[in-house]
Amino acid sequence: MKLLFPVIAIAIVSGVVQNFAPWWSIAIVAFILSYLLRLKPGLAFLAAFLGVFILWAGVAARLDFGNDHILSARIATLFPLKGNYWLLLLLTGVIGGLVSGLAGLSGALLRKQ
Amino acid sequence: MRFIAFLVSLGATIGLIYVLNHPLGPAPALGRFFDPYGGFWQNAENTSHYHDIDMQMNGLHDKVEVYYDDRLVPHIFAQNDEDLFFMQGYITAKNRLWQMEVQTHSAAGRVAEIAGEKALAKDRLSRRIGLGYGAENSKAFIEKDAQSNDLVRAYCAGVNAYIKSLSPKDYPLEYKLLGYAPEEWTPLKVALLLKNMANMLSVYEFDIENTNFVSKFGADQFHYIYPERDSFTDYIIPRGTPWAFAGDSAPAVPEALPAGQKVANVDRDLYESYDRAIEKPQELNGSNNWAVSGSKTKSGKPLLCNDPHLQLNLPSIWYEMHLSSPTMNAYGATLPGAPCVISGWNDSIAWGVTNGGRDVRDWFTVQFKDDTHDEYLLDSQWVKTEKRIEHYKVKGGKDFVDTVLYTRFGPVVFDQSYGDVRSKKYLSLKWTAHTGSNEFKTFYLLNKGHNYDHYIAALNNYSCPTQNFVFASRSGDIAIKEQGTHPVTHEFVADGSTSASDWHRVIPNEHNPTVKNPERGFVSSANQFPVDETYPYPVSHVGIYENPRAMRINHLLSDSTQKMDVAYMQRMQRDNYNTIASLTLPTLLRVIDRSKLTADEAEAITALDKWDYYDNADSKATVYYETWTDVLYPLLWDEMGDPSLPMRKPNTYRTAYFLRDDSTSVFYDNLQTGERETREMLVLMSFDKAMKKLKDTYGSLDKVKDWGTYKATMVHHLSPQLDAFSRMDVYCGGNRGIINATSHEHGPSWRMIVDFGEMKGYCLYPGGESGNPGSKFYDNMIDSWAKGDNYTAKFEPKAQLDRDKLYKITFNK
Repeated sequence: MKLLFPVIAIAIVSGVVQNFAPWWSIAIVAFILSYLLRLKPGLAFLAAFLGVFILWAGVAARLDFGNDHILSARIATLFPLKGNYWLLLLLTGVIGGLVSGLAGLSGALLRKQ
Repeated sequence: MRFIAFLVSLGATIGLIYVLNHPLGPAPALGRFFDPYGGFWQNAENTSHYHDIDMQMNGLHDKVEVYYDDRLVPHIFAQNDEDLFFMQGYITAKNRLWQMEVQTHSAAGRVAEIAGEKALAKDRLSRRIGLGYGAENSKAFIEKDAQSNDLVRAYCAGVNAYIKSLSPKDYPLEYKLLGYAPEEWTPLKVALLLKNMANMLSVYEFDIENTNFVSKFGADQFHYIYPERDSFTDYIIPRGTPWAFAGDSAPAVPEALPAGQKVANVDRDLYESYDRAIEKPQELNGSNNWAVSGSKTKSGKPLLCNDPHLQLNLPSIWYEMHLSSPTMNAYGATLPGAPCVISGWNDSIAWGVTNGGRDVRDWFTVQFKDDTHDEYLLDSQWVKTEKRIEHYKVKGGKDFVDTVLYTRFGPVVFDQSYGDVRSKKYLSLKWTAHTGSNEFKTFYLLNKGHNYDHYIAALNNYSCPTQNFVFASRSGDIAIKEQGTHPVTHEFVADGSTSASDWHRVIPNEHNPTVKNPERGFVSSANQFPVDETYPYPVSHVGIYENPRAMRINHLLSDSTQKMDVAYMQRMQRDNYNTIASLTLPTLLRVIDRSKLTADEAEAITALDKWDYYDNADSKATVYYETWTDVLYPLLWDEMGDPSLPMRKPNTYRTAYFLRDDSTSVFYDNLQTGERETREMLVLMSFDKAMKKLKDTYGSLDKVKDWGTYKATMVHHLSPQLDAFSRMDVYCGGNRGIINATSHEHGPSWRMIVDFGEMKGYCLYPGGESGNPGSKFYDNMIDSWAKGDNYTAKFEPKAQLDRDKLYKITFNK
């Protein structure tokens, strides 16, 4: 429970904010929420990482399965991931997750002052 | 301590965002690119959910309905022409925006803005040969014609309405990958597209190569190796067709290089630069078209076919469309970025194009008074030079400024400022593509035309690149005309210091070769020589004309044992008979001593003995033959391989007759060896080398793959960096020089059959309607194309389309 609530909160708020703000707004969301929810640094990183990992990989997966993996197979060849769309979804989640996780960690560390 | 940890963490966060928000070398900004809300995932189109859309569109005068059929071909129904062309622009941009822009950037010499420094040399060449200059002239020329001006402006307004509706998340994938944004579409870009076509299709001249050849081997060898006409040629205008005009009084043959003239070493410098920079026309580009009169068809009505062969690319060079308004109802292939249908039909007529291959440009040597280049020598006087300053923006680099010198004989392309020219020598280019012209008027009038007179009137507006326009009408006429602006040009580098070198003779439009309803019941063209000896103007014999496809097409069309139908036309378009091989192989096989062959060599020879000359996908004989001749040709024509003295190698068609009929030519000698080779020695040498090459590749000769696998036809994405979006290894038959001209990277870019009996069209092209690699319509037609299975075009009224549609967009004013 300690983890689940912040993960969901960060995912939902990031998802809403991303509809009108640039991609790096996920960092601001994670920073503020980690600060406001008084998360411990380790938990903040994990919750923020997972929140945006799930959001990005999830949104991407919904688009990808609706697309029959036509695009992901090509991008996963360009990048080169041997055309594997699972790896591409994983990479998508990790990129968003890392930015959010680090920002969450920063927010938590600021609270700890 | 805690504070330091905070700072480190914050710094890492900001640093990571910075890195992910900026491009890394060739890779895009990863954060932006992978963000599923704005990055590439947004280009993953849903493959099953389609629903009708109702939307408001500023700029329309009335309601427009667009029906997409099951191949995503748009059928536009407008209440007036302005709305029709507005929507043509809008709908085309919706599927092909990136391609439209990159093609015009290429013609305008602006690729360095996207790709950086490495594209600058090519950009400079595009401008130095005057593509932008020509496009500006055409833009001004089009503006003078109110009707064309309206149509081009409406088209641009439609494209811009689409661009303005986009936010960055909606940009085509390539913009996201390469990190830039679409810019406004303009009439200049429409003109640039035409100049892009001119640059692809009207560069059939070999002035420098010819000059080099004659200076080295003399005029007699020149006329022998590159004969103007031969007794086998099946001209576009059937032999003996009378001309309705007398021509002019000038001699029929243009001047040859003055006897004994040699190419000076200082000029070699220029010619080398030329050879490195200028891409010469490929034997691989070509096209077929024909029309059969009702007297030869099952339905009693004409049939018309067209398949232009070009480099195979994704997104495809063509975009299939149906354009309908109260004054027109046209269907066919459009050129993304430009209005009208280029190859297609309407309710009354059909038309199609093949390339004319006429020589419409010349190279001139120019002398300047001094290093300021302010004046150049003309008729013993110093004449003022026009200077055009070209500014280049370079991505990730410094801007670049180039001054191009314009003379009476066009822009100076090669000099000390470009192309590693060391000496103070200047080579300028005069080209019909530099002149303002309005080719769209031709297509506009054809789109609306009803009969033969409309067709001829439409063609009179057409200048460059020269095309053979085939024609058929529902009322029963067939015709063909080779149309373009045709000055009588030079065959050698010309002297730019005298106005006598200028183009003083231009063949009037009315005198361009044409024939209507010939006795034989069909008209056709396949890039062969257009006219016989009685044509009263010279046609420069550049040796690029090829005859084998025309011979085969006319042979098949001459069949009087059966009445023709769509199935017959389709068989013809798929025909894999290799006429050149049928002319060449017997000469080669005669030389082989069968008693001296190894077991697997004997097997290869047996396969060749039994070969029916069809380049079908499952043929192994084709692989043996192609490998053999691929080794033989460079050995034979090695005299023309010196990069400091560029010459052109005779085409495979000329080589076939050369090998058959000439047993003693000096060209058989290979300069790399000490001894003097004969034809027989070359044939054997090339056979040994070719078989060794195949053994090295496949282990042994019996393991050689079939032709379809060996040839591995590819359809490349337009950006060389994005090969992941290409289609590789398309298994199919075909070859250069045959009707189904599908080679490794070239082939039929559009196949069309129009049947006036049923009033139906059958189309196909190697790609798909969508330019988006994330769409199922990106390359969905390639497999049918490989098999040659044309789709039936839904050239239907609105009510029928409403039943057949995938979805419909209604645009309200």
